[in-house]
Amino acid sequence: MGTYSGRNEEWRLDLRKKIKTKDRIAMQRVKMPEANPLERIKSYVEVNSGLTEEQAVIEAQRCLDCVNPTCIEGCPVNINIPGFIKSIETRDFDNAIKVLKDTNALPAVCGRVCPQEIQCEASCFYQIKLKKPAIAIGHLERFAADYARNSGKAFIPQRDEERDEKVGIIGSGPSGLAAAGELAKLGYQVTVFEALHELGGVLKYGIPEFRLPNEIVDFEINNLKKLGVNFEKNFIVGKTADLEDLREEGFSAFFVGSGAGLPMFMNIPGENYIGILSANEYLTRINLMGATKEGHDTPVLKGKNVAVIGGGNTAMDSVRTAKRLGAEKAMIVYRRSLEEMPARDEEIQHAKEEGIEFLVLKNPVEYLADKNGRVNKMKLQQMELGEPDQSGRRRPVPVEGSEYFLDVDLVIVSIGVSPNPLIPMSLPELETTKWKTITVDTETMQSNIPGLFAGGDIVRGGATVILAMGDGRKAAQNIHNYLQNNGKSKTTASKQDNKQN
Amino acid sequence: MSKIISKKYLSEKVVQLEIEAPRIAAKRKAGHFVIVKTGNEGERIPLTISQANINKGTITLVVQIVGVTSKRLSKLEVGEDVTDVVGPLGNPTHIRKVGTVICAGGGVGIAPLLPIVEALHNAGNKVISILAARNRELLILEKEISASSDEVIIMTDDGSYGQKGLVTDGMEQIIRQEKIDQAIVIGPAIMMKYASMLTQKYNIPTMASLNTIMVDGTGMCGACRVTVGGRTKFVCVDGPEFNACDVDFDELLMRLGSYKNEEANSYEKLVI
Repeated sequence: MGTYSGRNEEWRLDLRKKIKTKDRIAMQRVKMPEANPLERIKSYVEVNSGLTEEQAVIEAQRCLDCVNPTCIEGCPVNINIPGFIKSIETRDFDNAIKVLKDTNALPAVCGRVCPQEIQCEASCFYQIKLKKPAIAIGHLERFAADYARNSGKAFIPQRDEERDEKVGIIGSGPSGLAAAGELAKLGYQVTVFEALHELGGVLKYGIPEFRLPNEIVDFEINNLKKLGVNFEKNFIVGKTADLEDLREEGFSAFFVGSGAGLPMFMNIPGENYIGILSANEYLTRINLMGATKEGHDTPVLKGKNVAVIGGGNTAMDSVRTAKRLGAEKAMIVYRRSLEEMPARDEEIQHAKEEGIEFLVLKNPVEYLADKNGRVNKMKLQQMELGEPDQSGRRRPVPVEGSEYFLDVDLVIVSIGVSPNPLIPMSLPELETTKWKTITVDTETMQSNIPGLFAGGDIVRGGATVILAMGDGRKAAQNIHNYLQNNGKSKTTASKQDNKQN
Repeated sequence: MSKIISKKYLSEKVVQLEIEAPRIAAKRKAGHFVIVKTGNEGERIPLTISQANINKGTITLVVQIVGVTSKRLSKLEVGEDVTDVVGPLGNPTHIRKVGTVICAGGGVGIAPLLPIVEALHNAGNKVISILAARNRELLILEKEISASSDEVIIMTDDGSYGQKGLVTDGMEQIIRQEKIDQAIVIGPAIMMKYASMLTQKYNIPTMASLNTIMVDGTGMCGACRVTVGGRTKFVCVDGPEFNACDVDFDELLMRLGSYKNEEANSYEKLVI
């Protein structure tokens, strides 16, 4: 068995002949069906409802099956994109998921949260040469993954011959899961250590269910379990046991995917008042702890006038969550203009449909509170755009004398996070950058400690799910090389010893 | 899952649980805490590790019944499991020989004080413990603290045991008698505030162990932030112990009330 996805296979040749290129190009890009904005803000129903089988097949027909599929280069894990899309066109959905799973352990997740518009779809022939909307690669990826999940078949990849070496994965977020999946396929004994009581990392505590339902994450984790990956929850490497303990217990290599850590604050007056919290705390209380679900003990503060500081995807997730919790005004406060906003266009669009207000070119400078210490006002300063800064975006400059007050009773600060400090704190010899990220060889993802590899936000500072997964996959390959070479060099060394004797 | 090995009420509202947690028992040092969650719908709360037994693979937690989670914990019986326990978290207490040390504990704060008293005593310090409670019934762990203290002073608000007065009265009495090299204060935020104001007056280096609201306890959520020396610190990864005179106790007190209304409502529901 195995997947068939070569461009020159007979079925692909036949498929290309079936519809003329001119007719393919004349077709319109599919539109993702969405839940009604006024209805969806009353619940956590997924906003994008997914393509129907017919929609998916028709969209797949648009793909020209290019000689030189530039889309693959745009994908951080180099998915064989035409391979799975053409499988959808020919309604071989089982093959589509097999092709996806060859390089991507979590297609149902990536199909939902990847910024395809700046990756594969930005490199699509339609986009770069025809100046037409790209093939909806993300929607199709999601379709194939959902179809597979709903079919009841598990599509568990095959394991290579069993290997004795134990590999420890630190963190069960996207990079850790990707690394675990790869290493399990290679036949290693893989254990994932998770600090929290739930598996999935940011996919669980961070991304809200209206964008990524938890059951999808759990389904993929269960598939990894079926592939032979062990999971240990409530286990903090560096605290519950340190690396040395685990080495003694037989682990010979590690991948650190411990993710983001301390939330950043602006250090402005009044920022520690009640009702001002990090996006991490807000989203964790709701997504991980179920604060808004009946029967759950964890509380969360609700607000009528909610301001979310920041313009990234996490800020959009927070403000849209606040709207769903009944905020009368749910506002984004961002210091640059809409154009510079780092959130995905789709998220900004969805937020606008849901009635989110965008206060752009504004920056909080101070918070005021009532007699109980609960925030009730924020002082905002008007900004204007100056010269481009190091990021290439125009730098926001305060407009003197432009301050004014805005009523708020809940403020969510979403201006970024610094890397999780626990692993570096427990390993003083581990090399880190001035941003406290782990320094790795970008070719191998190995740190200065032999056998210790790292990837995702703990290396990149802040990145996307797919980049983290790409790191995990790359590190897994290099862990494999490391373990093979290490084993061999040991054998060679012992042979030499024998000769000397 | 951590099985409850023994359970004992230290007072009407304070229960001591010894639970199975061999890895945590082996790694734990004085000052460490764990995050505990009961049931699938439970809340994560921090609890200081009061004692540990490496041979038995157990840790001991002392829980004051004040809210939903502590109530749920107190209802668990020997043989039942605490759903989630993770740790040891935070930085351990910096233990060294400094000379004479005052260890002041108020209320249930005496439980986290116990391992510090033991460690300071073992490091060769002269340890004077001052234990304060509202009344005799609420005083906990006197015997255990006494075993590692050179001197113990008991203060009760109503004078039903030891001397009548506040923890600060007992501290000042000692400070006037002899040279104190260091103080440790653990208890309600208001008690730590006044205790550290007192020691600051006498220029005694003082550590306070803070117990704040936490969610993950691993430096991710920022719920535990508090201003120390004019800068925002995270109790879970920067603490839980800080130089007491630098801590903004008023802010700490305010932030501890963040979920007062929500907590009162759900506690009412649970109890009724």
